[in-house]
Amino acid sequence: MMVTRKSSRKRSVVRKVKGGILYSLCLIGIIIGLVSLAILLYDAFADGLPWLDFQFLISFPSRFPEQAGILAALFGSIWVVGLTAIISFPLGVGTALYLEEYAPQNRLTSFIQLNIANLAGVPSIVYGILGLGLFVEALALGRSVLAGALTMTLLILPVIIIASQEAIRSVPRAYREGAYALGATRWQVTRGIVLPQAFPGMLTGTILALSRAIGEAAPMIAIAALVYVRFVPTGPLDRFTVMPIQIFNWVSLPQPEFRGLAAAGILVLLAVLLGMNSIAIFIRNRYQKRAR
Amino acid sequence: MPSDVKIDVRGLNVWLGDNHVLKNIEVGLKPNAVTAVMGPSGCGKTTFIRAINRLNELIEGSRTTGEIYIDGENIYSKETNIYELRRRVGMVFQKINPFPKSIFDNVAFGPRIHGVESEEELQKIVERSLREAALWDEVYDRLKDSALDLSGGQQQRLCIARALAVNPEIILLDEPCSALDPAATAKIEALMRKLAEKYTVIIVTHNMQQAARVSDFTVFLYLGELVEYGSTKSVFENPKSELTEKYITGEFG
Amino acid sequence: MHTFGARKRARHVREWIIEKLLFASAIVSVFTTLAILGVLLFEAMDFFNQVSILEFFTETRWTPLFKPQHFGILPLVWDTILVTIIALIVAVPVGLGSAIFLSEYAPDRLRRIVKPVLEILAGVPTVVYGYFALTFVTPFLQNFFPEMIVFNALSAGLVMGVMIIPMVSSLSEDAMLAVPQSFREGAYALGAHKHEVVLRIVVPSALSGIVASFILAISRAIGETMIVSIAAGSTPKLTINPLESIQTMTGYITQISLGEAPFGSLEYRTIFSVGLTLFIMVLVVNLIGQWVARRYWKRY
Repeated sequence: MMVTRKSSRKRSVVRKVKGGILYSLCLIGIIIGLVSLAILLYDAFADGLPWLDFQFLISFPSRFPEQAGILAALFGSIWVVGLTAIISFPLGVGTALYLEEYAPQNRLTSFIQLNIANLAGVPSIVYGILGLGLFVEALALGRSVLAGALTMTLLILPVIIIASQEAIRSVPRAYREGAYALGATRWQVTRGIVLPQAFPGMLTGTILALSRAIGEAAPMIAIAALVYVRFVPTGPLDRFTVMPIQIFNWVSLPQPEFRGLAAAGILVLLAVLLGMNSIAIFIRNRYQKRAR
Repeated sequence: MPSDVKIDVRGLNVWLGDNHVLKNIEVGLKPNAVTAVMGPSGCGKTTFIRAINRLNELIEGSRTTGEIYIDGENIYSKETNIYELRRRVGMVFQKINPFPKSIFDNVAFGPRIHGVESEEELQKIVERSLREAALWDEVYDRLKDSALDLSGGQQQRLCIARALAVNPEIILLDEPCSALDPAATAKIEALMRKLAEKYTVIIVTHNMQQAARVSDFTVFLYLGELVEYGSTKSVFENPKSELTEKYITGEFG
Repeated sequence: MHTFGARKRARHVREWIIEKLLFASAIVSVFTTLAILGVLLFEAMDFFNQVSILEFFTETRWTPLFKPQHFGILPLVWDTILVTIIALIVAVPVGLGSAIFLSEYAPDRLRRIVKPVLEILAGVPTVVYGYFALTFVTPFLQNFFPEMIVFNALSAGLVMGVMIIPMVSSLSEDAMLAVPQSFREGAYALGAHKHEVVLRIVVPSALSGIVASFILAISRAIGETMIVSIAAGSTPKLTINPLESIQTMTGYITQISLGEAPFGSLEYRTIFSVGLTLFIMVLVVNLIGQWVARRYWKRY
């Protein structure tokens, strides 16, 4: 009975073949993804490693490739991301706290929530245009580090807010209710119970958002424009450049040596990214251990 | 092997991971009857019926030894076509699970994947199955509606129709009424008695009154072992094993 | 009793201030949207005082930096679409295939390793992708297409596709994992093969999330800047030949930003008119995405 008739045995084979085809296609798909990543990284390393030395890290860009370095861009990046962190963290956390702990369930709140979700989808260059029109021009901050940091803040704010909201939501209701039952005010509960519990998650989310920011070229190009920067910023109103812009500049030059410099710059950028992501993951793991 | 045995279980052992869930089960289940599989929670009832359509193999880390003969053929042999097996052994689940499709598409799903393409034939099959599952009169005018619009009891009967649509010989039901109210339960119990006229029905239940009402034969499992098997009447009124007696009188379970 | 009252009032005042402060930070996000619209519309309006809307949307040449000046946005829009299509040709099959593999075929251990590795693709800065497109992909493809120019749409599109793979694969995979196991079991119990369960039950049930991932990928591709700025070229044209040099909307904005056009000049204002067009395009795509996702949403 389980031994089937000829026609349905043939159908069975056809079905088996179809199954094999689907599996193979999916496998190929995932291999393509992984192989592309591998080739990408290998390419960057192969081109960049010969140009990566201490002198590269401490020199300014130059017409002569052997003397060129990433110092200006590195410090520019640190300045911008540093300022961005200082401005965006309290704003993002504050917004998340408001939405989760204080906001009533009304149309305004839903609108704010929807708005944040939409902002997360706006291309980063549009933020650059915004920064250009608003901070550089209208507020007359010029093409300064501050204008760059404010622009970057607006760009990563939705990411920080969403991550912080999730961190806040993961704080169990029981904790809050226990505190309220003791007569605590809303701020006391928020500050004393919710914030400490959610803090590592917020921090992780912010660091990850900042690590995205440090790799962003488009909005910074709109703000900073000038690409050949031979100085390190000393104040928030100075002009600046960042690593992605420097890399972009070198890639655009015709001489092949500058390609090598660009690759070396990429390696420095990737190293910084790796560092920041590792810190974020470290924080997340340590927090998860404690929660158990 | 006696010819009035439809499902002959020999030396069945099932491990789920490190857990030895079924230990050396040996039993012969009769055709055209309702057999209830009973026992306290965790005794292996669900694993037992899932062994009959080899659905345990979906679980990572499962291992099965022994044989189960259906009409004299070992379904665990290497030549077995597992998809054909599952067509002929239908299953209805404890967690009612109609597909998120229309009523029609739910019932037609099985026939479609097994090769029926003509719309006319599908219409016939769907109507027959829904009638057999005592659901046709309630849904005939809304076959294109989503299955999720139906009540719990209707959804479960839909799942029965879905299983019937591929012409099985055996129907396995895993606590089919546990999520239903008494009225819906009564409908399904009546349906099962009717289905037994044409199919071999195996039902897992931990509701003893249900087993007594509905089944002709009863299997009693305890901690993965087969403790007793016989006609429902004899198992309930004259249990051979002390364990069975204790379970029936409610001392545990 | 007195101290109770005084402390209570001070506490109330403090609570009120804090709540208003937190509300203010929430409003920043609303302000951002208004500011984006404000800046774009304000400056673009200045632009449209000098260039007619008709010309903007119907002229087929975009040459603001050359004489004679033409301000037709069609080439930029079309080139953006062209690169996006190429990117989708890569990202959709690969992303969906990866998602199906990770969600339905891969054992748990493999999935836990491969999934984060695939996520790394999303974390690589787009300049790095641009570098890769120009210095590796283009020379590589020139072996097969000797007539390919150094700056071209194909390299940029392919690399962009790789960049958005994780977007499609992650969201599609999440959508498929959310499909209850009981559905799969119901289908297996009827004798279905694995690929039938995947294609006839899992994917249709997860369609809403899968389509949402496609839409997200599209809007990301439209707004992407660095890959096209580095590798696609700076000559906007209406062509279907991906081996030619083209320019997308984002590529143009980069070019003009670096050119330091004087503030307030017509050339400078093109940043905002092109930016506005870009913003509206992305907005429309996102809205379509939300509508489509709602339409395909299956409850269970």
